Amino acid sequence: MKLSELPVGTNAIVRELPNPDPANIRLREMGLLAGTKLSLIRVAPLGDPIEIKLRGYHLTIRKTEADHILVDPVP
Amino acid sequence: MLLPPHITSNSTSATRNPVYALVGNPNCGKSTLFNALTGLKQKVGNYPGVTVEKKIGTAYSQHGTPITVVDLPGSYSLAARSPDEAVTRDVLLGRRADTPQPDRILCVVDATNLERNLYLVHQILDLGRPVILVLNMMDLAAAAGAEIKLDKLEAELGIPVIACEAVNGRGVIDLKLAMSRADLPLSRHAWDVPAAIAPAVAELQASLTANDGKSPLIARAEALLLLTDRDSLRVAGSKPLSARTAETLAIWQRRWEGEGTDWAGILVNSRYEAIGAIAAEVVTAGHTPGPSTSDRIDDIVTHPLWGWLTLGGVMAALFLSIFTLAEFPMNFIDGHIAALSDQVKAAMSPGDLRDLITDGAIAGVGGVLVFLPQILILFFFIGLLESTGYMARAAFIMDRLMSRVGLNGKSFIPLLSSYACAIPGIMATRTIEDHKDRLVTIMVAPLMSCSARLPVYLLMIAALLPGDSVPIWSKVGLMLLMYTLGTVGAFAFAWLFKHTLLKGAPPLMIMELPPYRLPGLRDVALQMFERAWIFLRRAGTVILGISIILWFLTAYPKAPAGSNEQQQLAQSFAGRAGHALEPAIKPLGFDWQIGIGLITSFAAREVFVSTMGVVFNVESAKDNTTPLRQALLAAKWPDGRKLFTPLVCFTLMIFYVFAMQCVSTIAVVRRETNSWRWPLFQIGYLTGTAWLVCILVYQTGRALGFG
Repeated sequence: MKLSELPVGTNAIVRELPNPDPANIRLREMGLLAGTKLSLIRVAPLGDPIEIKLRGYHLTIRKTEADHILVDPVP
Repeated sequence: MLLPPHITSNSTSATRNPVYALVGNPNCGKSTLFNALTGLKQKVGNYPGVTVEKKIGTAYSQHGTPITVVDLPGSYSLAARSPDEAVTRDVLLGRRADTPQPDRILCVVDATNLERNLYLVHQILDLGRPVILVLNMMDLAAAAGAEIKLDKLEAELGIPVIACEAVNGRGVIDLKLAMSRADLPLSRHAWDVPAAIAPAVAELQASLTANDGKSPLIARAEALLLLTDRDSLRVAGSKPLSARTAETLAIWQRRWEGEGTDWAGILVNSRYEAIGAIAAEVVTAGHTPGPSTSDRIDDIVTHPLWGWLTLGGVMAALFLSIFTLAEFPMNFIDGHIAALSDQVKAAMSPGDLRDLITDGAIAGVGGVLVFLPQILILFFFIGLLESTGYMARAAFIMDRLMSRVGLNGKSFIPLLSSYACAIPGIMATRTIEDHKDRLVTIMVAPLMSCSARLPVYLLMIAALLPGDSVPIWSKVGLMLLMYTLGTVGAFAFAWLFKHTLLKGAPPLMIMELPPYRLPGLRDVALQMFERAWIFLRRAGTVILGISIILWFLTAYPKAPAGSNEQQQLAQSFAGRAGHALEPAIKPLGFDWQIGIGLITSFAAREVFVSTMGVVFNVESAKDNTTPLRQALLAAKWPDGRKLFTPLVCFTLMIFYVFAMQCVSTIAVVRRETNSWRWPLFQIGYLTGTAWLVCILVYQTGRALGFG
């Protein structure tokens, strides 16, 4: 499932990231890697960007980036 | 036992005091630690050629020996994505000619967010310099239920680890003790470069040593960096790679691309694996204590309803404090400048030199100083928003709207600040990583109606709708129309520039939302004074210069003896320029007398009002525009037509919405973009737009029978 489709308040594990371009090299460097646990905290009032929590901190990304990140929801 | 030289710090430490670089992620409390270490012994400047603040301070060891500390911009990684991060990377790698490579490195990490913070540390350990690791915010980590075993971390990394709470100064003495040590061990952290990329790293390392003159250790660190630093952001002052090394890199990248190898991902992964192994040993995460205070604040602050109300409240508080708190110091400064001018007038004999000093230098610089209280308050507010963490939330909420014109949420606060004054707004664009986005924001910031336009708007509204019978809402409505026009213009031009001149990929919004923290008022105040000082020092000369030129234009050539100010102005170069300008501005409904006002108010918009006072020979009464308003309404063209018709007043207001009439802004844009190209372009496009829109409005108005 796409990260952008993950419901608010659920946890997931990253399955697959797109091949690196400069943008998602930075995402990886921020600790978002295949196998990383994350939870979707909220969506901004206007519907974009989204806020995720990973490795104990909060990060925002736009839905256009989240569209390319595949995750497996976990309970 | 004496350690062999290659695993103790370099021998220079015996002969001179080591230079420390202070590095860390954004929001890790690095500035607070820097202030705690160095107190007020700091020098703030700029790295030549880039608008990145260069901060150097002096700390004192236990024995009173001075230790130089270079505070490098906050970075998430050495693979730079902004000019700030590029400076950090280049200084650490010794790529900048203007800054010597630091001998030792102080790495600050946020103890509440150890894993991600250690990523940068992991890259820095590769540099082969002695590193001291500072675990900041230990109190917050403990409060969150995490226990960090310092001795284990020290054993894993083999470098000194100091626990610290920079906010209240705890641990700073321990840190100074560690910094005073003559010898520091090099990291023993063993980390294997993943097999898939190891040959490339070895080859790049060899090439960097042979062709770029790097020492083997630095060459290895740079080789690793090159693999993740693909769009290798180059800033002025950094040395480029040799052609041979760049070619080697390109060959490997082509090969990996062909094989489908995700080389950067492999490298980042293996670093995080090493970090994960360390973290598992060192950190015992306690029970998860449920939603933190930050989470609860965010539930309100980013709420679909309360979020907007909070944002509105913060904006309202900002503008209310600017207009109320600034009033008293502004009057105070105004009074003192007038008094100083009078004193000079009394002390010197009448003549050109006296007028140059009073009407040129003092009036010109005074005109800028008057806005200093507003500028300071804005800087203070921006600092407060940054240090509490609210700035990131405002960007989060506004991102969607800003993305419509191709910008991201980070442009919001700079543009908002520009409603009070474009100068702090433009200086606040430094938080925008992407160079083009930052330029676009700077280019459109002056379109936000600033407070210097108010006197012009008010005078024109008074002339347009004189008398008390006019309902107040129509005056307010006119005012709002001007603000709206400027705002719409700003967004329209931002869109235009993002799609033409400064075309770039849509900006990303990879942004950390740091936990809310109580602001360190001392740090915020210090930053406010630093920024104000930079503005005064750098902009001061340009402002003084242009003020003197403008004075000269109004003072020469001399009118015959016995003429009054009005006749002098008409006779002067500015007066003649007004006449010369008339053909260009006549289609806008302006005559040469208004032309003089347009010229003199190039220094600052509010000067228009005082110039009109001189042009129409009205004794200026400070708080009462009635005599001036009446003089304006009585003014006529030579053929007897009224000059200030409602349509002309309206057109004039529109002119001031768009035209770039502010020397200080020009000076700041020049400084922030490092060239005259952008401020000149800005003057051209803004004043050109002003002219076009005015001609459209005036001629349409005429055709419709107004005026």
